Amino acid sequence: MDYNAIGLTAGIEIHQQLNTREKLFCHCLTLLRNSAEHSGEFFRYLRVTESEMGEIDRAAQEEMKRERKFRYYTYDTTCLVENDEEPPAPMNDEALSVCLTIARMFGMTPVRQVHTMRKLVIDGSNTSGFQRTALVALNGALPNGGEIETICLEEEAAQRVKDDIFSLDRLGIPLIEITTSPCMHTPEEVQQVAEYIGMVLRSTGKVKRGIGTIRQDVNISIRGGSRVEIKGVQELDLIAEVVRREVQRQETLLAIREKLLLRKASVHDNAQDVTDIFTSTKSTVLKKAKRIYALRLDGFTGLAGYEIQPGRRLGSEFSDYAKKCGVGGIFHTDELPAYGITAEEVLKVRTHMSACDQDCIVMVAAASDTLARCALHQVIGRAQLAVSERPVPEETRKMLEGGSSAYMRPLPGAARMYPETDVLPVIIDDERWNATTVPELLSVKAQRFAQEYAIDRNYATRLALSEKLPLFERALAEGIKPKLAAFTILSTCTELRRDGVAVEKISDEDYLATWHAVESGRTAKEAIPDLFKGIASGDSFENVIRKLAPTVSSHELKSIIHKIVADRSEFVEQKGRAALGPLMGVVMTEVRGSVDGKIVSEILRKEIDAAFAGKRS
Amino acid sequence: MYGGKTRKGIYITERDGMAVVKLDSGYNIGVDPVSCAFSGHLPEIPAKKPDVPQKKDLPGLSIVSTGGTIASRIDYRTGSVTSQFDAADILTAIPELANVANYRTIPLATILSENMTPLIWQELARAICEEIKRGVDGVIITHGTDTMAYSAAAISFMIDSPVPIVFVGSQRSADRPSSDNAMNAVCAARAATSDLGEVAIVMHATTSDDTCAIHRGTRVRKMHSSRRDAFRSIGIDPLGSVAYPSGEVSLEEHAVRRGCRKAGIHDKLEEHCGLLQFYPGMSPDLLEAYEGCKGLVIAGTGLGHVSTTLIPSVRGLVEDGTLVVMTTQCMQGRVCDRVYDTGRDLLAAGVIEGGDMLPEVALVKIMWVLGNERDPERAGSLMQADLKGECTRRSTHGL
Ligand SMILES: [Zn+2]
Repeated sequence: MDYNAIGLTAGIEIHQQLNTREKLFCHCLTLLRNSAEHSGEFFRYLRVTESEMGEIDRAAQEEMKRERKFRYYTYDTTCLVENDEEPPAPMNDEALSVCLTIARMFGMTPVRQVHTMRKLVIDGSNTSGFQRTALVALNGALPNGGEIETICLEEEAAQRVKDDIFSLDRLGIPLIEITTSPCMHTPEEVQQVAEYIGMVLRSTGKVKRGIGTIRQDVNISIRGGSRVEIKGVQELDLIAEVVRREVQRQETLLAIREKLLLRKASVHDNAQDVTDIFTSTKSTVLKKAKRIYALRLDGFTGLAGYEIQPGRRLGSEFSDYAKKCGVGGIFHTDELPAYGITAEEVLKVRTHMSACDQDCIVMVAAASDTLARCALHQVIGRAQLAVSERPVPEETRKMLEGGSSAYMRPLPGAARMYPETDVLPVIIDDERWNATTVPELLSVKAQRFAQEYAIDRNYATRLALSEKLPLFERALAEGIKPKLAAFTILSTCTELRRDGVAVEKISDEDYLATWHAVESGRTAKEAIPDLFKGIASGDSFENVIRKLAPTVSSHELKSIIHKIVADRSEFVEQKGRAALGPLMGVVMTEVRGSVDGKIVSEILRKEIDAAFAGKRS
Repeated sequence: MYGGKTRKGIYITERDGMAVVKLDSGYNIGVDPVSCAFSGHLPEIPAKKPDVPQKKDLPGLSIVSTGGTIASRIDYRTGSVTSQFDAADILTAIPELANVANYRTIPLATILSENMTPLIWQELARAICEEIKRGVDGVIITHGTDTMAYSAAAISFMIDSPVPIVFVGSQRSADRPSSDNAMNAVCAARAATSDLGEVAIVMHATTSDDTCAIHRGTRVRKMHSSRRDAFRSIGIDPLGSVAYPSGEVSLEEHAVRRGCRKAGIHDKLEEHCGLLQFYPGMSPDLLEAYEGCKGLVIAGTGLGHVSTTLIPSVRGLVEDGTLVVMTTQCMQGRVCDRVYDTGRDLLAAGVIEGGDMLPEVALVKIMWVLGNERDPERAGSLMQADLKGECTRRSTHGL
């Protein structure tokens, strides 16, 4: 596809957790917990006033408000700040320093006086109802000529356990937000920029690693379309696909509009209660519903069911909008009969709604008239957009598995921010800025490893990107041979992990002790897998190395075997070569399996032969 | 001009020599004032006055505001937060209130509660009295939480009321979506329209948004600096609770019921009183500094003690005409100065045992007693009498 021709522009926002000791606005450790370990829970209602919830009618808004109850899990590692029961501590200076380092790496200008703001977030993921965030630096440069607009330091939100239950362990972990300008024009370019920024972040050695510690939001628009923000892309590899699918969605929505115009499609509020038609329905959803309402969309048949990106139809968009009123979703006649709704019932509804062949009927099942009306109002609003001059609404969407996306909410304006008066501004003076040092980029480091230590280029890159990089550098500082350390980290551990060994339980200290043991000859490098297996199963390094035999050199092996044969000369005389089997066991016990059996049997055979020959001569 | 680019923003204020500017993105940054150039004024947007219909058939409540924020509005253009005191604004912010009662609002003061004074207590008492005479079904007082318990005690002594007088506030600022202001306000309105007939504080009972506790105005303390459930009844159980969101009020047997007391006001106070917390090694000079005070409440240790070295100074104060009342800094439990020698010496010096009164309640009470009774003997026995539930005769409550 010629992305240039369709006018693709994209920008990204990267959110990366920082690996500081303490959280951003309290002194709790930045520890993630298993939600089953929670030590307590409480619940709150979040309240918003005026039009902060978007275009939902007032009555329904009230109803939703009362039902929007959020439960929070607390831990022995969280405090009253996370509970929104205590004012925040001063901004974590370690986190600010990491931000300044990153700002320097992108050649940015720091903000002289950093002000913490409250950004309204009412989805429950912040106990306070807002996220604390501060703009730290402006105006950076990317290698592709693009621009980094801003770096913000924010607090991480609480982790959703399920539905309206949140876990407070993650809330307050420092998060750096890096925003690029809309400077990218192909899906691949977006991915490359994301990869590059991720590499720069990891170069500081101060960012958290693992699933969920980095999230990308992508802003995408095409000519004639609109800016759409897709949130929560966790896998870097998917970014290009997300962009491709969003382009497809926007293009298809534009094409659908053309078709609708040709059909002279129109959207009116003709919603009606059709509950009576379904009094004896077989559909479980409809049977449970107190009220069922139907809406006729003139000229929409076939288009509600039209695929706009893999797994998503225009009807899915209607459904997302309707769900904001607390209904489970909608049905439309393009997908019916199905879900237990019969063709006969569909026909009855069509007749009741005076629908022509070209008209599509949307139905909603809800617990009350208010909710049903609210949901259909949402559908009307979305359907009107589909025929409007801007058929792609500006939206915040969430990524679905595979790279498609679902509607979350309208794009937030800039207006929902006000000062966090409980946190004092922080001054970044010249002295502090000038003292901020820039670490070696991992890409540069990889090159250096390859050159200085004669490590394979590919290996060097993997090493530089590895979580064990600090360990590797520590090993070098302690005089361990780079190849030994690199091989252990990249090959041995990968193989062990593949065999189901819990390699992550091995501490850096154990790695170093092992390497020192190899370097001093206390053990052989062949024994490392066994050593690690022992340590991973919970034993101490010293215990394991004691249990494993001191690995024997071939010279030592020869003298051990020589001695064993000499001690049993009578037995060898009697049995001759037949002594090989029984003696094999004796030798293997002596060296505790640390030597290849084939080598042992070879030497043993020679020794037996020699002893036998010696006796006879 | 900043970071090599010209940016537009709204100038907010000057702070520590920096110009604070709100960028289009909503963020504030502090920049060197010389890097800013003035381009024009922000257009005024007239605040729209919502028209909130009140339901006349519902009970009538008066809301007297002293400065505690029950509702606030954020201007996201500038980030400024303003408190709302007018009935229409409060009802816009907390629509559920409209289902409980109709309201009159009386803006009495806009102060931080640490700036409260006995003079304002008196003005508050008069304002409340006027509302009661007007025939309202209950009065709500919005108040900062820091000294809310002092004010509640003061109003308890100054006013006899047939209708509930409910103090309410918020521990977490009203601008945040998680604020306790709305639930506290709704529960306060429920309590103020209930069968209660005394002065109470209604605030969160737990950290969750499930229940508000109704505390007696003379037996309540702020026991935490920031938690929502900071207010606790001390020495007695709460008078009742209000469930949220149902609004169901349940009153305990010991709560005074609506209509039990006749309306009345005794708003004289003797301000020249003090409250002194004893500590080990305290110098007699500090005690002597209270010379000339009409009343002094001591928060003694344990059963109500000060060191032996202070006893001559205590005796001196009493002889000079100061009414000295002993309470305990333990907060829980009652004073008994008959157990140890020091206590007996204090009694001999003329100190009056303050029973299980909270020290700050005893202070407010001594102001009121001395404002209304000049005879030392009778003032002393009034201090030991239970006037508004501030003293219990039996200690039924543990810790
Ligand atoms: Zn904490």
